[in-house]
Amino acid sequence: MTNPSVEAVNLTKKFGVFTAVSNLNLKIEGSKCVGFLGPNGAGKTTTLKMFTDLIRSSSGQALINGVNVHTNKKEALASVGTLIETPEIYPSLTPREGLSMIAEIRGVPAAERKKRIEEAVAEVRMEEWIDKRVGKFSKGMKQRICIASALLSNPSILLLDEPSTGLDPRGMSEVREIVKSLKSKKRLIFMSSHMLSEVSEICDEVAMIDHGKLIVYDTIPNVTAKFSGGGNVVEVGLQRPIDETVLVNTIARLPDVIGADKKDEKTFILRFSGGSDIQERLLSDLVRLNIGVISYKPSASELEDAYLKLITATL
Amino acid sequence: MIDMTQTQTVSGNIVPSSMTQVGIITKYTFLDYFRSRRFFILLAITILISALLTILVGYYRPAAFVSSGPLSFYSSWWGNSTTFVVVLSGIFFGGDAISGEFQNKTGYFGIPNPIRRSSIYVGKYFAAFIASTIILGIFTAITVGNGLFYFGLNIPYQFGESLLFAWFYLIAVLGFTFLFSSIFKSSAMSILVTAILFLFAFNLLQTLVSALVQIEPWFILTYGAQIIGNVLMVPYPAHSATIDAGRISLTTYNVTIPEGLAIIVAYFILTAVLGLLLFERKEFT
Repeated sequence: MTNPSVEAVNLTKKFGVFTAVSNLNLKIEGSKCVGFLGPNGAGKTTTLKMFTDLIRSSSGQALINGVNVHTNKKEALASVGTLIETPEIYPSLTPREGLSMIAEIRGVPAAERKKRIEEAVAEVRMEEWIDKRVGKFSKGMKQRICIASALLSNPSILLLDEPSTGLDPRGMSEVREIVKSLKSKKRLIFMSSHMLSEVSEICDEVAMIDHGKLIVYDTIPNVTAKFSGGGNVVEVGLQRPIDETVLVNTIARLPDVIGADKKDEKTFILRFSGGSDIQERLLSDLVRLNIGVISYKPSASELEDAYLKLITATL
Repeated sequence: MIDMTQTQTVSGNIVPSSMTQVGIITKYTFLDYFRSRRFFILLAITILISALLTILVGYYRPAAFVSSGPLSFYSSWWGNSTTFVVVLSGIFFGGDAISGEFQNKTGYFGIPNPIRRSSIYVGKYFAAFIASTIILGIFTAITVGNGLFYFGLNIPYQFGESLLFAWFYLIAVLGFTFLFSSIFKSSAMSILVTAILFLFAFNLLQTLVSALVQIEPWFILTYGAQIIGNVLMVPYPAHSATIDAGRISLTTYNVTIPEGLAIIVAYFILTAVLGLLLFERKEFT
């Protein structure tokens, strides 16, 4: 099986004299999660819409697994699950019926259809609503059913446009967990978002776009290393309070560490130089110190710093 | 274009042929008609129209209905009300068929799937056509039921022709309403414009063009639909008649059957192709 891929080749979209996406060249390949970042009107949703036949490109190509979406949509989207904006299901139908329609369109075998629908609905925690009419659902509930629809055919690629937008904090957190769980299933996830904390928590790589132009595409550690204040930053969560002397005398003196600052009793910020290999080694070092590491994630503030620098630079 | 090929996905699913997908869209659109009570509302209106006619004819026994033979009965009953039922079906099932996908954002649920837009369009058209045919069938059954009550099994063959023409007209009306539904992104706008055109504008235009300008209105669909009523008249009305009314002369035209069929077919082909092209190119912005 070849690696799943999403590729924009000189992709351009013009609305009259306004150019929403300008000669976008971007190739994402392999099982990973890529965050698609940019300010409002940068061209994120327009790009994703061109990959899903919701709008046509003015020029260039939107390729999925090497297949042009506009000339061979059926083949291109056969292995793709999508969530663009907040789709509406026919309000008179139930999630079971709406998802059944998508399952049939996507060719999910009849014998597996019921099971797959129930699994997808369970994955988004909507089991008790499966036979209720969608018209009575809140926006968050509809969003979850649409995520279930994206997962229904077990796609190798997921295109998600701000999947947690419009949800309440609990809904956002749940959607984030769902997307994180999808990462473990060998998929390529291309997800636009405004929420840098969400992207830094879920994604492996980021593509930043502004004024329809790609600014950068790289791993999160590399982007933060290149464009933030200095070094990479991870936030380390602990099970028990950290001893100040360990932080200053041991952790801050680990190889490649630039600095270690206490954030609160059970969290500290680790700044280091180097890429993901160093990040991996430092995690091992911290675990060996037996300080009770329970979480270890790139700091959103560093990504935010890089984001703001890059976006400001294009203004 | 509808293809017959299937596409194998990485996860082992086999995306069905476009023909099969048309059937899937038809099935679920039809289910939506039932669930949203749209079908039953139109059914109730059709039954109400039929019931009113049944009561009025039964009570007043107008000569045109019951005293001049079966052809006159069918002409008075069917010829005057069928086109209205057909147009109502077109508005109910076709008025927002496509525009609703944009306004209600249901298109965001269906379009980003491995399915051609043409399959969605054709599937929705078939659903509207089947639902409208059922409504027309029920209206026909009530008409025939009344005809049987007054004249027994003496059903004139012209009624069969008229029924067939009404069915053809339905096909063209749906093509037209789907075109207008593709033009607008607002459901209310597409329904309103279609209703105004069919219920007022076309008839007014037809009268003005023929009576005052003395041009045969061959370019208006409702003119072609006159064959539904005209075929029930013996003899078939003269193609044109001019009445001198002082300084002006008023001309009325009666469409011939070949002309009427040509207008209906032309409207269907033109509107179907244009509607499909518009939907293929329309963007979800």
